[in-house]
Amino acid sequence: MAEATGTSILELKAVTKKFGPVEVIRGIDLDVRQGEFIVFVGPSGCGKSTLLRIIAGLEDASAGEVWIAGQEVSSTPPANRGIAMVFQTYALYPHLSVRDNMRLGLKQAGTPAAEIDRRVEVASTMLSLDPYLKRFPAELSGGQRQRVAIGRAVVREPTLFLFDEPLSNLDAGLRVNTRLEIAQLHRRLNATMIYVTHDQVEAMTLADRIVVLSAGRIEQVGAPMELYNNPANEFVAGFIGSPKMNFIEGARLGDKAKTLGIRPEHLTVDPNSGAFKGTVVHAEHLGGDTNLYVETEKAGLITARLFGEYQAAPGATVHLTPLPGRMLRFDETGKTIGTM
Amino acid sequence: MSKATSSPTRSIAAHGVLILYTVIALFPVIVILINSFKNRQAIFRSPLSLPGPESFSLIGYQTVLKQGDFLLYFENSLIVTVVSIVLVLLFGAMAAFALSEYRFRGNTLMGLYLALGIMIPIRLGTVAILQLMVASGLVNTLTSLILVYTAQGLPLAVFILSEFMKQVSDDLKNAGRIDGLSEYRIFFRLVLPLVRPSMATVAVFTMIPIWNDLWFPLILAPAESTKTVTLGAQMFIGQFVTNWNAVLAALSLAILPVLILYLIFSRQLIRGITAGAVK
Ligand SMILES: Nc1ncnc2c1ncn2[C@@H]1O[C@H](COP(=O)(O)OP(=O)(O)OP(=O)(O)O)[C@@H](O)[C@H]1O
Ligand SMILES: [Mg+2]
Repeated sequence: MAEATGTSILELKAVTKKFGPVEVIRGIDLDVRQGEFIVFVGPSGCGKSTLLRIIAGLEDASAGEVWIAGQEVSSTPPANRGIAMVFQTYALYPHLSVRDNMRLGLKQAGTPAAEIDRRVEVASTMLSLDPYLKRFPAELSGGQRQRVAIGRAVVREPTLFLFDEPLSNLDAGLRVNTRLEIAQLHRRLNATMIYVTHDQVEAMTLADRIVVLSAGRIEQVGAPMELYNNPANEFVAGFIGSPKMNFIEGARLGDKAKTLGIRPEHLTVDPNSGAFKGTVVHAEHLGGDTNLYVETEKAGLITARLFGEYQAAPGATVHLTPLPGRMLRFDETGKTIGTM
Repeated sequence: MSKATSSPTRSIAAHGVLILYTVIALFPVIVILINSFKNRQAIFRSPLSLPGPESFSLIGYQTVLKQGDFLLYFENSLIVTVVSIVLVLLFGAMAAFALSEYRFRGNTLMGLYLALGIMIPIRLGTVAILQLMVASGLVNTLTSLILVYTAQGLPLAVFILSEFMKQVSDDLKNAGRIDGLSEYRIFFRLVLPLVRPSMATVAVFTMIPIWNDLWFPLILAPAESTKTVTLGAQMFIGQFVTNWNAVLAALSLAILPVLILYLIFSRQLIRGITAGAVK
């Protein structure tokens, strides 16, 4: 595991948040080091945005402590926490030009005008915003607006960047480009970033460490490949990876574990022989790979992912075999108890 | 425009309905306007005909401008209306922002309390208001009218504006907070411009009852120096003789300022300025 070193930028200590009687964040502990790219993932409503807003100071924690760069910040207003935030809806000031959007925060902080100009110039060159500096947000496309929002964060030279699903309003092509830009930005600035997303690919490609949240709790923290290969429990196993891991009742296969899990890409398909015999229900041809949905006699409906093209018409009989050592075993509480 | 809305039969029908409505709505106004330019006999002989060469007369306007101090009445009405609108919009928007933006104990209750005035007419409290004004020495001042009209306009303003303020993007306000804007600047610079169309709506709804009101000027400020236009026009309506020329002329003149205010606000109503804030 890529255990992060360096100074601690953000530390969460037993942070909880209640909205009335509803506990939305239930005791989060986390330590983020200088230069790390941390991604929060989790199902909708699990509290990712709330946690990010607590870090930013836009929301007070009900209990627990937030430390940023060695300071306890519970009574520090958002503007003085040394953070910058990029929002899903861009949130540009509609009455200000692109240049003034980027300048405003620094002006409020009393930065000298020459220094503001220098930083805006650097950021706008970095994000190719030079042609748009005089325009207003209404005159920009979605992708350009989000770059301006990122630029507005960059000029603040924050100790910590916070991104709340910054790409989810963009179309697929733009999402890839902007993702690349954020990755480059992270490398170039050697900045510490926390990034919330729904998107598997964004999480896997950007993160140094992924924090998997569920119902206000941390399920697991780890490098992307660590979560993929050694998920701590059934939830993480099912959440990381696409298509989703197949879960089979242990009893059906004569195993003592409550549940067995096998990823679709860890199954081999053979027309003649294998562990599970079944019929193809549906085939999805994606070009680069093929997803087969197979109704098996022993294990129920199983998804298998094959690389390249594979001709299998619905109704055909196939045999699936798990790769050795790739089948995960989970106990009654969902905890991982080994492989087979 | 989409196909469905541009089909000729539909658009003829729609225009027909709109024209009919316009005619019905404008009819009384037109009757007042044309009769204000006619002599007394012509008004009663044929009230619907246009002023002709022998029926045309400016006697009404002459009476109005000679008798009483009509310009002063206009000034009073304008001061009361404009100041009241400004206060209603300012305090209404501030209260609406607080109610929609901050979670505090009793938030819902406070909202209901502020909206109560929509259902209970302020005139029920006339006696208490009069006592209050007498006690504070505000009788026969424009201030008394402004205070009452501000109170009268606030409930609806708070109610409408808080609904619109809830729709202003949280992200935008939060971006302002992270950039170090004070809550006042967030309110005045970010939120108010985005709810400007709804402010114009509130202004129009607030303005008309204030301008037309006869009740409170009669009770709180009937003195010559504080008369409003509607009150001033009353002096031509006597118990036995009514000077119809003068009444119609006064009413025609009273329409003008309100029309101008309305035009100012309706431009705001139409101007879409939210584009580009989000999405
Ligand atoms: N102001 C609020 N009052 C009451 N409940 C709230 C409030 N804000 C959020 N919640 C609740 O807190 C929970 C977490 O919300 P949050 O926005 O953090 O989810 P999320 O993980 O960001 O979801 P998504 O992926 O859909 O953005 C949700 O169940 C939501 O209903
Ligand atoms: Mg969210």
